[in-house]
Parts: sequence; C-alpha cells; structure tokens
Amino acid sequence: MDSFRRSLKYNIMSKYYLNYLDELESEAIYILREVWAQFENPVILFSGGKDSILVTHLAKKAFHPATIPFALMHVDTGHNFPETIKFRDDLVKNLDVKLIVGSVQDSIDNGRVAEERGKNATRNALQITTLLDAIESNKVDCAIGGGRRDEEKARAKERFFSHRDDFGQWDPKNQRPELWNLLNGSHFSGEHFRAFPISNWTEMDVWNYIKRENISIPSLYFAHEREVVFRSNSWIPVSEFLKLEEGENVERKKIRFRTLGDITITGGIESEADTLAKIVQEVSAMRKTERGDRSDDKRSETAMEDRKKLGYF
Amino acid sequence: MFYPFYNGAKGERNKLMEINNNQLLRFTTAGSVDDGKSTLIGRLLFDSKSIFEDQLDAVSNTSKKKGYDGVDLALFTDGLKDEREQGITIDVAYRYFTTPKRKFIIADTPGHIQYTRNMVTGASTANAAVILIDARHGVIEQTKRHSFIASLLNIPHLIVCINKMDLVGFSEDVYNKIINQFEEFSSKLLMKDVRFIPISALLGDNVVNRSKNMDWYQEGTLLSTLETLHISSDINKIDARFPVQTVLRPQSKVYRDYRGYAGRVASGIYRIQDEVAVLPSGFTSRIKSINSGEQEVEEAYAPMSISMTLEDDIDISRGDMIVKKNNQPEMAQEFDVMLCWLNNDSAKPRAKYKIIHTSKEERAIIKEVVYKMDINLFERDSEDKNLDMNDIARVKIRTTRRLMLDTYRDNRNTGSIILIDENTNETVAAGMVI
Ligand SMILES: Nc1nc2c(ncn2[C@@H]2O[C@H](COP(=O)(O)OP(=O)(O)O)[C@@H](O)[C@H]2O)c(=O)[nH]1
Repeated sequence: MDSFRRSLKYNIMSKYYLNYLDELESEAIYILREVWAQFENPVILFSGGKDSILVTHLAKKAFHPATIPFALMHVDTGHNFPETIKFRDDLVKNLDVKLIVGSVQDSIDNGRVAEERGKNATRNALQITTLLDAIESNKVDCAIGGGRRDEEKARAKERFFSHRDDFGQWDPKNQRPELWNLLNGSHFSGEHFRAFPISNWTEMDVWNYIKRENISIPSLYFAHEREVVFRSNSWIPVSEFLKLEEGENVERKKIRFRTLGDITITGGIESEADTLAKIVQEVSAMRKTERGDRSDDKRSETAMEDRKKLGYF
Repeated sequence: MFYPFYNGAKGERNKLMEINNNQLLRFTTAGSVDDGKSTLIGRLLFDSKSIFEDQLDAVSNTSKKKGYDGVDLALFTDGLKDEREQGITIDVAYRYFTTPKRKFIIADTPGHIQYTRNMVTGASTANAAVILIDARHGVIEQTKRHSFIASLLNIPHLIVCINKMDLVGFSEDVYNKIINQFEEFSSKLLMKDVRFIPISALLGDNVVNRSKNMDWYQEGTLLSTLETLHISSDINKIDARFPVQTVLRPQSKVYRDYRGYAGRVASGIYRIQDEVAVLPSGFTSRIKSINSGEQEVEEAYAPMSISMTLEDDIDISRGDMIVKKNNQPEMAQEFDVMLCWLNNDSAKPRAKYKIIHTSKEERAIIKEVVYKMDINLFERDSEDKNLDMNDIARVKIRTTRRLMLDTYRDNRNTGSIILIDENTNETVAAGMVI
C-alpha cells in the first residue's frame, strides 16, 4: 500500500464510528445471525424478563423484514405473574413466532421432579430438568439466552457460543477459545449449545438501550400500586399462591419489580419510577447498594440470578 | 510494607451516563506473575468508582482476614487468581467498566503456562494492550513475549506501564533506562503506537489519578490515555468487505422476491448505488438498498450489522463476499499464515481440518511448516516442525476452495482464520494471513 493510501486509511475517515450501544447492538445481531446459520433448530429462552425481551428485540432487527426464525421457549413454573403471561402471549402474536412452553407442573406430575417443601420452597431448581427435557424433546441444538458476563464472577469467562455436553452441562474447562469474530458452533448430534448475544452488555447498558429503543416491557417493571406483604426484606406480591404467615399484613404500596420470576418469591422495591427515564435514573443510583444490602435470606431478589448459575440461562 | 489506602469513604459509584456518543474500547492486559496485574485492574476499577459497595465489603473482609490494613485491590479479580494458584483452568475473563468518556472491556488473561494461547485470544479483538513491567526488574523475557504477541496480533495501541515505581524511589532514571531497554528490542517489531507510563498500581500513582511523586512525568495517566486513544481509525475504512452471513427471504406477500444479504461490514464503507462485485462468482451489480434493523440507511460501515439488496438477481449465499468492483481481495487456495496452536493435541502432518474464514467454511490441510518462531529470542527455527500448544509458526495452508483474503496487517477481519479438528470439533489453531 502506498503512503498516500495509508494516510487516507488512518486519518480521513474517522467520522465513521459506532457509539458503544450501536456497537453492542451490532455484535448481538451478528451473533444471532451466526446462530441461525450454524444451527438447525435454535430457540430463544424467554423468561419474560427484560434481558430475554431485549434478545427478542435484537432478533427482530437481525432478520427484518423476515420474521424471527426462532421459536420462543418459556419454562413455565406455573407460579406466574398474570402480567408476564399476557405480555408473552401478546409478543408471540405480534411477532408471529412459535411458542414452546416447558411446564414445571408437568415435570412434577410426571414424577421427573419433586416439589420442594417448607416455607421458602420454590420451583427454581426444578426448572432445570424441565428446560433440559424441553430442549431434548424439541430437538433444540442451540438455546439463546440473555446471560451477561457482568452478572457474576463465574460468568466472566463464558463464551458467546457455549458448548454443553450430552447432559446439558457446562464445563468451564472445556470451552473453545473464541478469536476475532469467528464462532465455532460445530457440534455432534445430541449435544447442544447456549448462545449469549448480550454477553458484553452491563445492566446499565441494557436499561439505556431499552430506553433508547423504547422497547416495551411488562408493566411490572414500572412503579404501580399493589397489594404486598413484607417478607425477607422485600415486598412480596399477594397472589393465589401466597400463604400469609403469622404476623404478616397485607399492605398497599407503590412498588416495582427489578427482576421477574416466580411470583411466590419475586420481591418488589418501593419506587416512584414509572417511566423508562426514571428507571434508568433509579438503577444507576441504586447500583450503589443493589447487592450491598442483600442479606442471605433475600432469596427473592436474586431469584433470577441463582437460576442462571444452576443452568437456566 | 505499603498498602493501598482505603480511607473509609466508600467510593461512590460513578453516575453512569445516559445515552451518548461514547465509544467502546477493548483492551487486554499482560504481565508476568507478580508484576502487579491484578492490583492494577483492581486499582482501575476502584479509582474509576466501578466497584459495587458489596464487592468492596467482601474484599475488605477478606483483606482483613489476610492481615491487610486496607483493601488488597488484587482481590477484585480473585476468581482467576485462585485458579492460577491451583494451576488449573487458564482462561480469559472479561471485565467491564464505564467512565463518563468511554465504555471499557478488559480481556484479562492470567499469565503463565498457556499464556500464548490466552493472550492471543484476548488480543484478537483488542484495540489496545497494556503491558506491565516491574520497575525493579526492567525488561524480561516475558515482556518480549507479550510485545511480540501484541505486534503479531496487530493490536493498534500498546501501553507499557512501568509498575512499582514506589520501590525504585520514583526514579526518572530507572524509568528512562527501561524505556531504552524496551526500544532496543522492540525496534524489530512492527508497532504503530507505543506509550510508556510510570505507575504504582499499589498506591495509585498515574493509574487514574496523577502522581504527586513523579512530577517529571507530564503525560497522561493510564486511564486518561485509555480514554483518549484515537480508535476510530483502528478499523480499515478503505477496503470495503462484506461477508454474507445469511440471506433474508421473508415469506410475506409484501416482500415477494425480496432477497436481503445480511452480515456485518468487516471493513470499509458501502453506499446505495455503489458498484459491487460478488465473490467468488465475480458477478457485478449495484447496491439498491441498505437496512440497519428496520431502518433504511444511505451508507453502512464497519462494524455495522446490516442487510443489503442488489439491483440484479444474483445467486448469493452464506460465505460469499460482496466487495467494491474496483477494490477486491485476493482469491487464493494456497497461502501462508502465522499460526498459533491452541490445543493440547499437536498438529497432525497433512491432516484435514475445518477452516473458518469470515462466514466461509471449507476444509484445509497444513501443507508445510515453514519455520517456527522462538518468541523469546525473536528467532526462526526451521528444523523443528512440530506444532504443539502455544507454538507460533509460519505455515502453508491449502484449502478445498478459494478464499477471499486480505493480509492480516491490512485487515484483521478478512485476514484471520481458525482451524477446527473435525474429530473433536475443537478450535485448535488461529492464523493470520501473511
Ligand atoms: N510496592 C508495590 N507493590 C506492588 C505494586 N503493584 C503490585 N504490587 C504487589 O506485588 C504483588 C503482586 O501483585 P499482583 O497484583 O497480585 O500481581 P499479578 O500476579 O501480576 O496479578 C502483590 O504483593 C502486590 O501488592 C506497586 O505498584 N508497588
């Protein structure tokens, strides 16, 4: 290359760059398209939470004007917020995609798993069996998740394409190095992959992007009045599944939820944030103490996170 | 013994910015064991107020248990440290922080045994490499290795941090001597942008905050350097390359006959009505429309993910490349690459591998090992032809079909390949086209 071209190359065109959100978006779209190209039967793991809604939104962009070529797979604990289910069904209709529901209740009825007992019993751990069963029976070879590397230490080393063995397990020591943008999804039959298109996003990036794109998310994320019970340091919503303990009172509070999971254990926080702009503001201020005042028994607030560790995402 | 000061005032977390035009910078860190890499990363995160309170509490507690007065900053990255001590998984871990100027991704590669493999992995997407030198020891073998890899991977910016300046009396002389040592050997390497910064990761001098002990150093701190590196031109903007990932064919009536070619622009700029050639077939056409998501746009540039339609009906599929008619890559079936071997199983002579280049997948054999690099001495070894884990060698590759290639120096995205062992499906090697 002569020196004229070289100087052209390094100087003139510097106005052509992406800002960080555009770059994250572009990377995620690239990964979603690789999934489509390299696998036979991929699905998006859809929990109804903001991360999986974001992934679905990105998939829509990736394949426009075609419809999203992936089914949404929802592992249903049976203990849902009615709002989550309605949101899911509306989204599926809007996007014209297929919905696959793996039901924890079915897994319990079939004797695949046993319901936990005791005061803090949840169906979180049970979901993993249901998920792996659904993956197997639907012959899914890649499950796309909304996991992010900033969520916890162990995830910091997760790949975009994460290899699972025949038993659906993740072996951190046996992951393929990922260089440049070259993704290796080669797999034998029976094995499946997890793909994480938003690996490089932080929680703040997710909220900023949701706000920028004005992505619709369940009303539960916004501050609203609700009947709740104070338990384990957070506000648990009243539902048909909730059994009041001694000394607990039902109160009406203005709250919102930061993560959405099983209704029996998802705790809300008191908040006035009823717009995306206010949520972005609240989350950035709150990050100071989000985990700081998490006590051991705050199982509710971390419900989603714990599930991810165990292999849900 | 010094300890970093943590004077009770919990670092208030950064007010994270709203949407803006900040860029993303990816960097990798390298240093030999005990040069202070973990401390440096901890210091960067801590002083840029990227640490959560609970993380801080946890680390304070552990520090106390270990007998520290303050906070052992190295503990913020302890996940990898434990592993290193136990000698198990060596890997790349990614960490994130944001300042009002940029978002950063650190590819943190713990260094020893499988170092080459890890650093190559972390370096492959990095805009910058931060290399640590212990001021007491100056340039050592490891420094040369790391610099060699940074140059081999064509990392655009290299920042050499001379650490532990507090242990050499913050001496300008020591600093200058080390710069001389470095420049002596690095003149053999191809590097565009090299900077030196005297720091103390432990005390925080010149990491985020300017040092009060080294007024002889007037340039930027490490963070301000990372915040202001000019990275817009790290991507090749001249040679337009668009590898097709997949073809979009909507089923709806409105879009009958629509064929959108989807992919991520590898380099260069595309505009509507540009004359393009489709490789390998060579057919030419013009760009009819460009889409970024649902939005129609006039132009697209790297690294945007887009889809485009062409004026003419041409048979195009995944693995094809759309380029400008007057600027085409080389099409070759036999070519030389610098190969880094990444797997425990050594290379098998004349064995077939799957090769991935952009969105194209073919099969390949390693025809010949031309020479191996001794990365400590920067010397070539033409005798030893074995390729084992962490080896770097110049090899001749032959593929079943032609690939559309640029040299890696010109274009990281179209000059890189990986090899996959078809028996295990593992990624066994990474190569850079010469
Ligand atoms: N005096 C001094 N000690 C340092 C400095 N940076 C790191 N250290 C110490 O060097 C040792 C190794 O540091 P560490 O960050 O664990 O090194 P790593 O192996 O490169 O990650 C620790 O005892 C640190 O406290 C520095 O700038 N000055």
